[in-house]
Amino acid sequence: MTQPILYALAGAVMIGIGLFGAMSCAHVLRKMIGLNIMGAGTFLVLISLARRTPGPVPDPVPHAMVLTGIVVAVSATALALALLRRYYRETGRTQLEPAGDQA
Amino acid sequence: MGEATFRFCSVVVFATIVVLIVGALGAAILTLPTEASGLKTVVDGSLDRSGAKNPVTAVLLNFRGYDTMLELVVMLLAVIGARALTRGETYTPTGAEADDIDPLLHGFVRLITPVMIVVAGYLLWVGGHAPGGAFQAAAVLAGLGVLLQLSGFPWFRHLYGFAERSLLISGVVAFLAVGIGTMIGPRSFLQYPPALAKTLILLIEAVATVSIAAILLTLYNSGVLRFLEFTRGEMIEQKERPEGVRVEKDPAEPGAEASAP
Repeated sequence: MTQPILYALAGAVMIGIGLFGAMSCAHVLRKMIGLNIMGAGTFLVLISLARRTPGPVPDPVPHAMVLTGIVVAVSATALALALLRRYYRETGRTQLEPAGDQA
Repeated sequence: MGEATFRFCSVVVFATIVVLIVGALGAAILTLPTEASGLKTVVDGSLDRSGAKNPVTAVLLNFRGYDTMLELVVMLLAVIGARALTRGETYTPTGAEADDIDPLLHGFVRLITPVMIVVAGYLLWVGGHAPGGAFQAAAVLAGLGVLLQLSGFPWFRHLYGFAERSLLISGVVAFLAVGIGTMIGPRSFLQYPPALAKTLILLIEAVATVSIAAILLTLYNSGVLRFLEFTRGEMIEQKERPEGVRVEKDPAEPGAEASAP
């Protein structure tokens, strides 16, 4: 197993950790952190798979895609935080209510 | 089924799903060839005509320029959404806070501000031939903005209305203007003429840096600060006041309530 493959597998494990957090935590902030860990895992997979080139220089296209992805992830997280903040101010809750349990 | 049993079962189900997905991903990664050059040869082949010596910058602003423009649009949408949700309200230190700046912090911030601006400028310029570029430079500038706000130099909140909005949209506008400009003549959208590519990329990057920094700072202001400061009661009380009037919380009030029998 080469080094890039090892890092890509670590990225897959990060995706799993984030997915578990996003599914099992009730607090919306924790869900968002889980989704961010998932995103970081995706970036790690992309970056490490780009390093499989024979020479010392990696494939630049996944790098550019990850750069775009980081910026979009930051913007989406900020928007989600603003949404959560507004939700908290309107309802006083930090968890989404279960389906069919409208107050 | 009790609450604890339900929670245990759901954790087991989630863990099974996660293990299955990670297993599938891992298997997919292991079946990939250990050596692949991807699109590197294609990028290297046209790097000379791209206007940037750094392949990542060439991909980001030339070969996939459309992608980067839409990325700026995504940021703009996020900032519009965040501002709408928080009614454009930003963190404002009270009079006492603003006057009470630690002299050491004050000196440090004054020392580091020009350095960070120079670093941002360097990152912007170096992006043409080495790792760096508009987004990295903008992240440094936005970090500087956050530092300035937290340490009591809230310069950005003095920008509002038309000035602030034009700063936020300037990156997208510059990108669109260059894209439409390239359409004059036989070229298609964002297909730079090789002779002008470096100038155009640098122009877009310079405008985008300032614009992205402003967007990131506005996102920070509207999403992060004062996150948990309001309770529901205060919110309702604030709604009843006329729009635009800031509710200054009386510091004596909670103390009076606590001491009341």
